[in-house]
Amino acid sequence: MANLSVSDSLVAQRDVFGNTLVELIDSDPRTYVLDADLANSTKADIVARKRPDHFLEMGIAEQNMMGVAAGMASCGLVPWLSSFAVFLVNRDLDQLRVVVAQPKLNVKIGSAYTGILTGMTGKTHQEVSDIAIMRAMPNLTVLAPADGIETRLAMLAAQDWEGPVYIRLTRDPHPSIFGADHNFEIGKAYIVREGSDVTIMSTGVQTVRALQAADVLAAEGISAHVLHVPSIKPIDTAAIIAAAQKTGRVVTAEDHTIVGGLGGAIAEILGEHAPTLMRRVGIRDVYGESAPNAELLEKYGLTPAHVALAARQLLD
Amino acid sequence: MSPDGSLSAERLQELRRMAIRLRRHVVESVHHAGAGHLGGPMSAAEILVALYFEVMHVDPAAPRAPGRDRFILSKGHSSIGLYAALALRGYFPEEELQTFDALDSRLQGHPDMAVLPGIDMSSGSLGQGLSPGIGMALAARLQQQTYHTWVLIGDGDSQEGQIWEAAFIAARYGLGNLTCILDWNDLQQWGWATAAGYDSDERLPPQESPVARWQAFGWCTIEVDGHDLEQLVAACARARATTAAPTIIIARTVKGKGISYMEGDYSWHSRPVTEEDLRVARAELAAQEEAL
Repeated sequence: MANLSVSDSLVAQRDVFGNTLVELIDSDPRTYVLDADLANSTKADIVARKRPDHFLEMGIAEQNMMGVAAGMASCGLVPWLSSFAVFLVNRDLDQLRVVVAQPKLNVKIGSAYTGILTGMTGKTHQEVSDIAIMRAMPNLTVLAPADGIETRLAMLAAQDWEGPVYIRLTRDPHPSIFGADHNFEIGKAYIVREGSDVTIMSTGVQTVRALQAADVLAAEGISAHVLHVPSIKPIDTAAIIAAAQKTGRVVTAEDHTIVGGLGGAIAEILGEHAPTLMRRVGIRDVYGESAPNAELLEKYGLTPAHVALAARQLLD
Repeated sequence: MSPDGSLSAERLQELRRMAIRLRRHVVESVHHAGAGHLGGPMSAAEILVALYFEVMHVDPAAPRAPGRDRFILSKGHSSIGLYAALALRGYFPEEELQTFDALDSRLQGHPDMAVLPGIDMSSGSLGQGLSPGIGMALAARLQQQTYHTWVLIGDGDSQEGQIWEAAFIAARYGLGNLTCILDWNDLQQWGWATAAGYDSDERLPPQESPVARWQAFGWCTIEVDGHDLEQLVAACARARATTAAPTIIIARTVKGKGISYMEGDYSWHSRPVTEEDLRVARAELAAQEEAL
């Protein structure tokens, strides 16, 4: 699958989320969607309209919703939660810990509006720490798909995975990367561009900008190797070590704080197995603000140019 | 259980004897472990006996049967009371109670559904028990099952806001197949001092007037003496027969009930049991058994 490029077609992960939930309900009647009064934002409203018999409105009460999901899962159902990441991660973190993660109950968390691009809502609604928080929680599987195709495949894989899964989604339409032949597996990383001078490792929609950075570098005669890491936990240690050793230089890229996220996870692996020069591109330990997407990406250092700059610094 | 929850005189004596045996296991297990919670398990003794020996449709030989009644101990720190009830009911040997809180034991400080069959939901972080009970009651409705879900909460436990999120949602969904029991023992771990100050043994109750509060949230309420097994079993029968709305049985209890030096003393929420404490407790429980 190496040497993928960024397509012109834009897809919003939240639209895929809503449509795939309907697909899951149709194929597996154990599936129910619980919403904390944000269905028309997260697009779980597609379920509410098409399959109201499998949609349970839980109101603006996320702690209770997480507990209700645990009870349903303990009885053999597969509850999917719909809300904004800031609430699903922070507001009911203790409920997730005690009644979902510790007993390994089969609850699926569709975490909408992650990262900094949340539609002009500002820092209260921008979840920039979820990868760090979620991957530190034992028993939890953490996924961050790159585009619409991979979002659907990650949801199908999560449905078949016995235990709690957190899926990181972005609000706004993004360019697509993968084709219909993408073979997504939990625990695997994917080389999306072959290169030899520097390795970029990215997750979620930031892989789009990692590939665009590779294009920028290619125009300058720099060959970037790009590894997409959609499975934050379990993480593909072997692929990460191999991709680092291929070039000896690693840039990580994520729409997330540089503390404890993908960059942190990769630094842990490489520090133990293959010490490598690194640069982490992400939000630099600050909260965001409300502004149009392009301005946020520029101010908080998340553009392809920022990724390319970090790569050049490693090569100097 | 008879449809109206009435008990023969003989059965009532058996249940009373069982509550005494449960209390003896609690004191002995905490003494053996070197530390543990006592006041809460003691106030809940009759509630647990009523549920496990008379009310709930459960089979210790099939602790994961899909059609079984569910039970959640929201006040998870009263775990040793639940473990004693499970052991007495035959879920595991009574000798295993001696492993309470020990390394690798299935009897963890707070109930862990991942290791002990018979525990329907993990608990221990307060205020969290009622929400999974809603999930179980909804699952019964969605899967056309007739089982009933029972959740035991405390008055300190329900200082947590999540209990009130859950109370609202359970009423909104009209979950008649869900019953909550409030162990209203009037004490918590530390609490608020009275005018006598924090050096005094006196404390204000964790909450007042729970009846009005639960009624305001749309629940059916039944008030009972939480140490009266006849009242408890009859209330559970009424709760099971109520189908339009969730019911809460508000059970007036005494923290540390059954052991004179523990009753009404907040400091017995959790503390080690000395040899002398154990001797006195055993003697008092033996006298209660004798008096039956």
